[in-house]
Amino acid sequence: MQARDPGARRDPAASLLVGLIVVAVIAFGGLSPTRFFAPGTWRAMAFQLPELGILTLAMMIPLVSGGLNLAIIATANLCGLVMAAVLTRLIGVASPPGAVAGAIALALSAGLGAALLVGLLNGFMVSVLRVHPILVTLGTMILVNGISIAATHGGVIGGFPPAILLLGNGTVLGVPVSLLLFGLCAAGVGLLLARTPFGVGVRMVGSNERATRFSGVNTTRVLIGVYLSSSTLCWVAALVMIARFNSARAGYAESYLLITILAAVLGGVDPFGGFGRVRGVVLALCLLQVISTGFNLIGVNPRLSEAIWGATMVAALVIARIRVRWAGRLSSPDQASTLASPGGP
Amino acid sequence: MRERLTSLGRSHEARLAVIVLAIAAFFAVEAPGFPTLANLMDLLEGRAVLAILAAGLLVVLIAGGIDISCAAVAAVSQYLVALCLIRWTGNWALALLLAAGFGAALGAVNALLIHALKAPPVIVTIATMTFYFSMLIFLTKGVSLYDLPDWFTVKVSILGVPLPVAMAAAVLGATAFLLRRVSLGRQIFGLGGNPEAARRMGCNVAGLQVFIYGFSGAMAGLAGLVQAYRVEEVAPSALIGRELDVLAAVVLGGASLTGGRGTVGGTVLGIVLLAMLHNGLTLMGVSSYLFGSVTGLLILLSLAATSVSQGRPQKGGRHAG
Amino acid sequence: MVRPLVEMLAIRRRFGGVRALSGVNLTVLPGEVHCLAGENGCGKSTLIKILSGVLAPDSGRIVLNGAEHARLTPAASQAAGVQIIYQDLSLFPNLTVEENIAFRRHVGRAGRLVRVGAMRSEAQAAMARLGVSLRLGALVRDLPIASRQLVAICRTLAADARLVVMDEPTASLTHQEADALLATIRGLRAHGIATVFVSHRLDDMMRVGDRVTVLRDGANAGTFAMGDLDRGRLGELISGRRLADAVKQPLSGSAPPALEVRSLSRGGEYEGINLAVRPGEILGLIGRLGSGRTELALTLFGMNRPEAGEILVRGRSVALDSNRAAIREGIGYVPEDRLSLGLVMPQSIAENTLVTVLGRLCGRLGLIDPQRRAETVARWMERLQVKTATAERPVMELSGGNQQRVVLAKWLATEPRVLILDSPTAGIDVGARAGLYRTMDELAALGLAILLISDEVEEVRHQAHRILVMLGGRIAGEYSPSGITDEQLREVIRA
Repeated sequence: MQARDPGARRDPAASLLVGLIVVAVIAFGGLSPTRFFAPGTWRAMAFQLPELGILTLAMMIPLVSGGLNLAIIATANLCGLVMAAVLTRLIGVASPPGAVAGAIALALSAGLGAALLVGLLNGFMVSVLRVHPILVTLGTMILVNGISIAATHGGVIGGFPPAILLLGNGTVLGVPVSLLLFGLCAAGVGLLLARTPFGVGVRMVGSNERATRFSGVNTTRVLIGVYLSSSTLCWVAALVMIARFNSARAGYAESYLLITILAAVLGGVDPFGGFGRVRGVVLALCLLQVISTGFNLIGVNPRLSEAIWGATMVAALVIARIRVRWAGRLSSPDQASTLASPGGP
Repeated sequence: MRERLTSLGRSHEARLAVIVLAIAAFFAVEAPGFPTLANLMDLLEGRAVLAILAAGLLVVLIAGGIDISCAAVAAVSQYLVALCLIRWTGNWALALLLAAGFGAALGAVNALLIHALKAPPVIVTIATMTFYFSMLIFLTKGVSLYDLPDWFTVKVSILGVPLPVAMAAAVLGATAFLLRRVSLGRQIFGLGGNPEAARRMGCNVAGLQVFIYGFSGAMAGLAGLVQAYRVEEVAPSALIGRELDVLAAVVLGGASLTGGRGTVGGTVLGIVLLAMLHNGLTLMGVSSYLFGSVTGLLILLSLAATSVSQGRPQKGGRHAG
Repeated sequence: MVRPLVEMLAIRRRFGGVRALSGVNLTVLPGEVHCLAGENGCGKSTLIKILSGVLAPDSGRIVLNGAEHARLTPAASQAAGVQIIYQDLSLFPNLTVEENIAFRRHVGRAGRLVRVGAMRSEAQAAMARLGVSLRLGALVRDLPIASRQLVAICRTLAADARLVVMDEPTASLTHQEADALLATIRGLRAHGIATVFVSHRLDDMMRVGDRVTVLRDGANAGTFAMGDLDRGRLGELISGRRLADAVKQPLSGSAPPALEVRSLSRGGEYEGINLAVRPGEILGLIGRLGSGRTELALTLFGMNRPEAGEILVRGRSVALDSNRAAIREGIGYVPEDRLSLGLVMPQSIAENTLVTVLGRLCGRLGLIDPQRRAETVARWMERLQVKTATAERPVMELSGGNQQRVVLAKWLATEPRVLILDSPTAGIDVGARAGLYRTMDELAALGLAILLISDEVEEVRHQAHRILVMLGGRIAGEYSPSGITDEQLREVIRA
């Protein structure tokens, strides 16, 4: 018996996504060849992808567990502000390198701490109090945004040491540091979901939490782990964001929320939970990035491209539906009664 | 009748009412200017748009769905109605009809997508919300409409109550009537309580979905109209983000995301609670920058409390079935 | 010669590769109580779904009120007066009793105001016809299950039923409640309403039925007047087995028990339970739902806490504060509800098999070793003879019998000492059952202590070495299979 990768059942042919990427490159290249194939364009894409990518990973894990994390942007912004506040308070123009390093370490820990607190709150309310993840993360989103705004009055905190900026704008052998960081996160999440007991737990919980509990899996721990890892990824994304923009603010990246869900669903994550592979999500992100940059280059209004993302989300759901219909085969009478169509409107 | 009262007494709505009264009492003492009629009427008038949106969302939640696109529908329909009113003459009846009509059509799109794609309503409505808002701002370039006809913007009071409040009251009353007294409304409850039984009992589930999301859209349309009336302009981006406020209020009021629960009374209390909090805190000089955190905290506490009180005390599955 | 109300003739139906019904006939006369008997998996549910119009037959005819149909629709079926009461009752928990009863005319019709007075009188009329009285304003979710069943029956009356099909109505009832229900069904007969009583419980059917049609493995095994049968014969027809008195003898030897329970009590569910299971022994625990047997099983598996008494595993007192603790102690539990608790249906066979032992598959860094994973899966598929081409397909594609093998594999992988099987053959066809029984014997022979919980007398008596009867939360008696017959055991349970 072949050992195929678990979680692969509803994988869109990765080849389909690669094909779409090629089509998009050709299309936009055809429309605007000199600008699209300029090295600057590809550089820009390589720098823009990581923050969206890491946030998408932060959305992916809760989705696979059968939930949703509406608070990822808010969490990322909070982490960004916390780290920015520490950095700007502790580092002056004339600070010696040792103090700078120490301050950076402190800032990172503070940011991570904030992320873990939010993740713990989410995880606790979902797993122990059994509140629906959409409502929980809605509440935390409003709370966390509220805290960010209360602390900064909507203002910006900026001005970070070069070491941080390197993270956002530096390259190693021509590859942006942030892209490497994203690659590391993607690999990590991929391994986590596909090759660890925790990952199996996440997927099983996503399909049927009660049955998974009956099999001896500590679903409370799994769900708390889901939201902790989600918010940790938000922290990493925050790091990349403040490094890139050299500032932090309460309202950054709000339009990303839909796109993270879009990338996940396009990448094969089942919106009802239980299935999803990082490989597909990464390819979907690349596709979206190419399209987004392409739109930019040919002068498509950013609002219009947002509207197109909305329409693309619907298209992604259509594809997901077709895939499910195609893959489903009835072979036992049990199924006729157990095939659960999503209940309710 | 007696058990209706006792079970009501233990209910979420009752607890909420107590909290509302307590907070009102607190502000009456501590917040200068709070307990005046003018202030209270101002408070209600400020939340009228939200209340109308909430009426629509409540129905969707009771049926077991969710509609994140309600504010976007309100914004788009508001603009379309304004265009019509500016271009052609009209009157309030026409305005109401157009608003409800545009809204219902946009809302029905949600229903068709959810039904056809068998996709989670939260994701579908986030997609339509994005599409509607972004297309609106793209096509209008973010420019507001100002020259609304005079007959529309003249400030009217009905029985001493400003028009927005009267409309909100009418809408909420109609929704309560629908949910309690009209068979369709009871079917909606049933659908939220046991979707499989609804199918088996021959309910037209697809039709119900179209009604529910269409209703939510129609309410959004009316809300957009009232918004235009209040501020005397149609700003495409004015309602961005309001869907969360609506959801917060309805959830505070006791509606559940899983369906089958919720009352108009609870929703009203939820709206009033949030409104009073913001108003009272403002009058006390508390910075408005804190409101977000307060709202968020309140929502989380309410969710926790509801969950704890509903926690199934299952002793052997027989009684809980 | 009375014209039949319903005639189903030569009905065939397949699902993929499985033949659920192969040429089945069913005829129901007006006003009769007609039992449709058969073990789980014999095709009863499929036949009923075809009658209700939810499924279409592959071939055959249905004659309803003299009109012939190739297939029915729910609307046509209901228009002819056929009402189905499913096992889950399909009530609306958040609507009131009167709204549920009068649903068809008053709530289910869109676009009208609810006429409270008319709705109330309709509900009251239905209750009066049935001879029951319930609080009309109560929410259904607040009612005990026996009351909910009455609401469901009243609903069929209010919908002008001429034929009421009840799917396993007594499965979740206590003995007294079942008595009351059977009396209610006889009341329906007095009103000229026919009832199809779908069940696998002999006692209930014999008490209430006029005629019985037996299905076995998707085919007719005969239609009889109830008076012409005795329990023994009916049991034989249903199970297809000659009642060979091949029972087991109690285990000899004096090995200490693998699992022992002393004075275990949990308020309102069970009280003063004492039992012991030795390695290699199959202890049968028989009792209806409501006897506390499922709650006891859950306690032994660590999923609820007892209030008094102790549990000993291999002589050592243990406190099971979660099912993970129970698994560590070597206890495994195969739940009754395989479809929603036993397996995670959309996930693969492999994942379902390994979910209990994931920790053991890890190499360095806490990552699952693909080699070890593949080997473990292959090993268990083979040992339990799970028939499948690949283990990466969703487990819901397997037949019921194979699914149950996956459940067993999952627990055996934990190397348990004690296995609690709760109605393990529910929903599984006869052929697969025999295989499962053989597997059970093999496991016992390997030294596993098995607690077999069931409400099927034949199953327990022929599989277990010893039998405990549980009634009303207590152990009412202990029997040796050779010292009691099937009928006598049934008497004891009813008592």
